[in-house]
Amino acid sequence: MDRMPHWADAVLVPLISLILAAILSALVIIGIGEDPVAAFNLMVEGALMRSAGWGYTLYYATNFMFTGLAVAVAFHARMFNIGGEGQATLGGLGVALVLLYIPWPHWSLALLAATLGAAAFGAIWAFIPAYLQAKRGSHIVITTIMFNFIAAAFLNYVLVNLLRPQGAMDPATEKFPEATHLPTFRDMFSSAETIMFRGAPANVTFFLAVIACLVVWLLLWRTRLGYEIRAFGHSESAAKYAGISPVRITVIAMLISGALAGMMALNTTQGESERLILNATEGAGFIGIAVALMGRSHPFGVFLAAILFGFLFQGGAELALWTNIPRELIVVIQALVILFTGALDNMVRMPLERVFLALRRKEG
Amino acid sequence: MDLFTILQVLDSTVRLATPLLLACLAGLFSERAGIFDIGLEGKMLAAAFFAAALAAITGSVWLGLLAGIAASLMLSAIHGLASITFRGNQLISGVAINFLAAGMTVLIAQDLFSQGGRTPSLIGKGRFEPITLPFAEEVIDIPVLGPIYYELISGHSILVYVAFLMVPLSWWVLFRTRFGLRLRAVGENPAAVDTAGVSVVGLRYAAVAICGVLCGIAGAYLATGLQAGFVKDMTAGRGFIALAALIFAKWRPWYALYACLLFGLLQAVALRYQNIDLGLITLPVQFMDALPYVLTVVILAGFVGKAIPPRAGGQPYVKER
Repeated sequence: MDRMPHWADAVLVPLISLILAAILSALVIIGIGEDPVAAFNLMVEGALMRSAGWGYTLYYATNFMFTGLAVAVAFHARMFNIGGEGQATLGGLGVALVLLYIPWPHWSLALLAATLGAAAFGAIWAFIPAYLQAKRGSHIVITTIMFNFIAAAFLNYVLVNLLRPQGAMDPATEKFPEATHLPTFRDMFSSAETIMFRGAPANVTFFLAVIACLVVWLLLWRTRLGYEIRAFGHSESAAKYAGISPVRITVIAMLISGALAGMMALNTTQGESERLILNATEGAGFIGIAVALMGRSHPFGVFLAAILFGFLFQGGAELALWTNIPRELIVVIQALVILFTGALDNMVRMPLERVFLALRRKEG
Repeated sequence: MDLFTILQVLDSTVRLATPLLLACLAGLFSERAGIFDIGLEGKMLAAAFFAAALAAITGSVWLGLLAGIAASLMLSAIHGLASITFRGNQLISGVAINFLAAGMTVLIAQDLFSQGGRTPSLIGKGRFEPITLPFAEEVIDIPVLGPIYYELISGHSILVYVAFLMVPLSWWVLFRTRFGLRLRAVGENPAAVDTAGVSVVGLRYAAVAICGVLCGIAGAYLATGLQAGFVKDMTAGRGFIALAALIFAKWRPWYALYACLLFGLLQAVALRYQNIDLGLITLPVQFMDALPYVLTVVILAGFVGKAIPPRAGGQPYVKER
């Protein structure tokens, strides 16, 4: 018998963890001599009260949906893919190669091809750690960490020595052709009189991320492969007895995870910068860990958590602009969320379980 | 390349290997006791900041060192709480600690010094000065051996010598004392240690605390020995290179020394030369940056020797089910 009803596990535990993280963050803000209530109001004002704020919030949320899903899929197969950052870096390279060297007549075709490129490059970068884990027993956490650094060095080399246009100083490719420009929210939702989402980078990739959430849900709970992935994650030995190949599931789950992380680059590289730059991922691969933990590895949870982190990211930028609170506050909040929803999960869960057991005993 | 250039590269190898070595030994104690620690980076970073901050405020590098160790121990306590007491995921806890350090150091630095997340440059007593070993001046004229002694062995800050002395000390503690035997046993088979009436929780907390102290020294050396002050993200992945060295060394102290010297050499060469022309091919600087990680993956893959981690590593110990 479960110690806790399912809803409490899915809603109450993350909620309490979030409240704990929020309280500690507020204490940090007080500690550096600022007013947490004013700071929160400023964040809401900057991120949610104007359409441009939403444009940034949803732009960041798009990144976090992809990387959050990537971590979540790996979690279901009981693997910790900490390499989203490297996979997204390689995904950016895939996007750039597809867009730079093939002339596309229309953005929709370009987006389709770039999606394939990003997913393929991200998946390739996840494949080697997956294969080594499945076949040689190398710990996937360590190999994916190493692959993050290798990816960063590799992209640095490619941008500085190979893809940089002649005479350019900064390590970046040239701008992608005009035809590959993705419609931004401004292009889509503005009318002749009112301009919405002015200057915000949110673009059509957001909808792709929402579709990705749906597809991952279908995959995990409505297909045979998804069942196998979840069964493997629950018990490797049981899955083996049921005829599920551990090597196959490990590799496939990581390929899907890497592809999702790689697709993040569509938003940043094709959608925003429209050329490949160094460090385009801005740590989003790591925020995916917090998003997946917060969202309990469920696509809908990931969707909500991604928007929450999008809000934090945009709100944090506003804080850095108007107050003496640096952007790193978001890193602290992110750390606290990972700590409470991930590592200290039992600290929140154990007392809750006790409460529910006591309640049940009273009823019985 | 003449002797002097070689000595200079080796000299910076020693200096760059020092933080790696301290962090690597820190990880060694923790992982030998069955607690994975990917938060070495964060602990070093926090220690670097608090060491530099205290040294800048008080003007005493020794107070700085203590503050660095204290900060690192705080993070160790969080890691212990999460992974020993509450039996959480050790890897996730390590990730959280890295971010906590990355964020908090800049936040506090901005609040204290308002210099964009850095501390003021340390001068005078705020830094660990190089020590000239006895007779270094006198023997410099002896060919070959004189310059080696003067350039390479003498003239480092005290923490460098501490780091290198830590290698035999760690070996002795781990392999020649009762505490070390128990510590290693708790990483292989905690149930057996528990049956023998020794506290698994106590031993693991002790290992995590040792890890904190060593990471604290590593971070303090970064900010007050290797450089003069703290800058944002100054560890720059050294915690992960130390982790790589630990795997490369197969969780053994003497091998850890060799691995850290090798990775230190790679850093020193990458720092001094941009691209290395080997005649047939030119090695780009990025290749040197990536080499420690590539080597670690190769070792992990088991193509060159097999790296087998402590058996109970990463698993929380539950006394009774």
